[in-house]
Amino acid sequence: MDPVAYVMVAVVLFAIGSVGVLISRNIIILFMSVELALNAANLVIMAFAKAHGVTDGHVIVFFMLTVAAAEAAVGLAMIITLFRNRGTINIDRFSLLKW
Amino acid sequence: MSDFLYLIPLLPLIGFAINALLLGRVPRGLTGIIASATVLGSFLLSLVGFIELAGLPVDQRQLTQTLFTWIPLGDFDATIGFLLDPLSAIMVLVVTGVGFLIHVYSIGYMSHDPGIGRYFAYLNLFTFSMLTLVLADNFLLMFVGWEGVGLCSYLLIGFWFQKKSAADAGKKAFIVNRIGDFGFLLGMFIIFWQVGSLNFLEVNELAPIAFGGSIGLVTAATLLLFVGATGKSAQIPLYTWLPDAMEGPTPVSALIHAATMVTAGVYMIARTNVLFMMSPDTLLVVAIVGAATAFFAATIGLAQNDIKRVLAYSTVSQLGYMFLACGVAAFTAGIFHLMTHAFFKALLFLGAGSVIHAMSEEQDMRNMGGLKKYLPITYITMLIATLAIAGIPGLSGFFSKDEILFYSFTNPQGHWLFWLVGAITAGITAFYMFRLIYLTFHGRERMDEKTKSHLHESPRVMTVPLVILAVLSIVGGYVGLPYVFQIGSFTNLIADWLKPVMAPGQALAAEAFAPTVLAAEGGHSTALELTLMAASVGLAVIAILAARALYKSDHAAVTRLKERFAGVHKLLENKYWVDEFYGATIVRPIVAGSVFLWKIVDVVIIDGLINGMAALTAGAADTLKFTQSGRVRTYATGFVIGAVLVIAYFVYLR
Repeated sequence: MDPVAYVMVAVVLFAIGSVGVLISRNIIILFMSVELALNAANLVIMAFAKAHGVTDGHVIVFFMLTVAAAEAAVGLAMIITLFRNRGTINIDRFSLLKW
Repeated sequence: MSDFLYLIPLLPLIGFAINALLLGRVPRGLTGIIASATVLGSFLLSLVGFIELAGLPVDQRQLTQTLFTWIPLGDFDATIGFLLDPLSAIMVLVVTGVGFLIHVYSIGYMSHDPGIGRYFAYLNLFTFSMLTLVLADNFLLMFVGWEGVGLCSYLLIGFWFQKKSAADAGKKAFIVNRIGDFGFLLGMFIIFWQVGSLNFLEVNELAPIAFGGSIGLVTAATLLLFVGATGKSAQIPLYTWLPDAMEGPTPVSALIHAATMVTAGVYMIARTNVLFMMSPDTLLVVAIVGAATAFFAATIGLAQNDIKRVLAYSTVSQLGYMFLACGVAAFTAGIFHLMTHAFFKALLFLGAGSVIHAMSEEQDMRNMGGLKKYLPITYITMLIATLAIAGIPGLSGFFSKDEILFYSFTNPQGHWLFWLVGAITAGITAFYMFRLIYLTFHGRERMDEKTKSHLHESPRVMTVPLVILAVLSIVGGYVGLPYVFQIGSFTNLIADWLKPVMAPGQALAAEAFAPTVLAAEGGHSTALELTLMAASVGLAVIAILAARALYKSDHAAVTRLKERFAGVHKLLENKYWVDEFYGATIVRPIVAGSVFLWKIVDVVIIDGLINGMAALTAGAADTLKFTQSGRVRTYATGFVIGAVLVIAYFVYLR
């Protein structure tokens, strides 16, 4: 199996995710973009696992999906807390940690 | 049976511990008694040791005790060991005996001082150190005692540290002594390097072989040791600290700066006489320095007005005599004079203390006079000491001083010039001492009314030591009868006693100087001895009569003399400006150098470097902190650019 097509798709996904992180002001969007980039990486791992005919990649991806789910739960909880406290989810308003 | 030796120095140390650790909690009256009792204990033990030593056959008179090995280092062992031989026995008896009397005297003298506990603690510590110095069986332990007495001297000179002059004098004594100590250390290193041992007995035995042909090294080692001696014993060029040391309490001046510590240099040279005998050059230097110091200090003593300073210069001068004796290889005579000097000079200082006590702390002799009837005991005892130091026949100083003068004339290492300088110095000594007596005890009463109403003889606790010392000043000389007066079994006891210690050195000299050397032993010329004696006594008597004529009643003649020789008087009164000379040539450059190190090297360079580093870091942080914007998207951009660059590197550049 030739993984090129899969890798191409993954690159596109990763590029969309990265740009999304860089340009979005909404934390939810930003969060979703991070998930997109993460899944692009998952896709590459799966593609190469399939190309080499081994199942190690599948196992790793399962783990990553699980961890990503947990991380998403924590992340969303933080976002809700931020919103409750500041009444906004504009990322540019959260710039307290500076000189 | 010599396992009690360690107790001799230990007892004063216990006294020190009691007074120092319970400082202020020991009742005032008790401190002095504790301190004196420990020294008395040491004295009695020394006496036991002395008697035991005397009971042994002459060639076995050595008691040794090694407590433990202090520093084991390869084939070098520094031990804590004590050696009681005829030489150290005399020293121990003098130190503890005179020391005890001065401790007792101090009880009276210091009774009003608030720091009495501290005083007696220091005094005990001093006695401990001095006994360590004297009893040590190796150079290293001696050096420990040597430093210890230096420390105590510093502490006691600066005892009244609230007074700036006293604190300065203490520092001066300590620093000047350090210069000498450095020489002592270097000398010790050379000896260890060549001989491989620091034990006195081993060094004495091995040195002639170990040094072999290299007389140069022996000369270097002994000269360095002598540098140490000039520091501790106040000889030219390091004598300047001793007159200033008179800022301390008077009993301290008597104990440390007259009777015991300052004689440590003489003791050390006598202890290592074998080494000194191996180097004729060093002996010559020692003799010249001794004679020069004796004369030089005596002339300064002529024009001082402070009663203690006169005595201080007198001490320097008498120490010069002792070194002169060592320099002409008459070590026995040097030790003999050390002993008699300890008696009469301690007495003079204690007498001066009694006078100062009575005069409400007045020390200027120009404000005294006529004290004879107020202080009869002090007067008589001081007069005895003065006669002794002046070398009047029948008193101790006569015997020891004439012994030195005789040997400086007859010994092969001697020279008639040494004798001449010594004899003239004896005359000057007699003059300035009687000047002191006449100014203090005779003539018009020049003190003010208030002081006069307070005049009183000192209490018994102070006068009894004076009387005992006066007796010693008279009889102390009879242990060293000169050859002409020896009748039957009354020989020169001290010379016979010290013979085992001095014999190896004398034997060496016999080789070096061939047959002439033993002329002094065998061919004692009675006529010559009597002539020399008569000459020096004659000079002393003339000097005393001159002092009497000038200072007895009216001082008009003195004033005329002063005007006539104004230049000389000024020179003497200002002590030849030696202090000023040292100040300009040594102290000032060192101070300037220190200021340079402080203001330039330390403040500008070192501090500047450290502060500069800190300022640089702070400045860099001030600039770089603006990259910390707090915006997540800026950081993310940074990540991405970084990641792209890393990947680009791996893809395109490798």
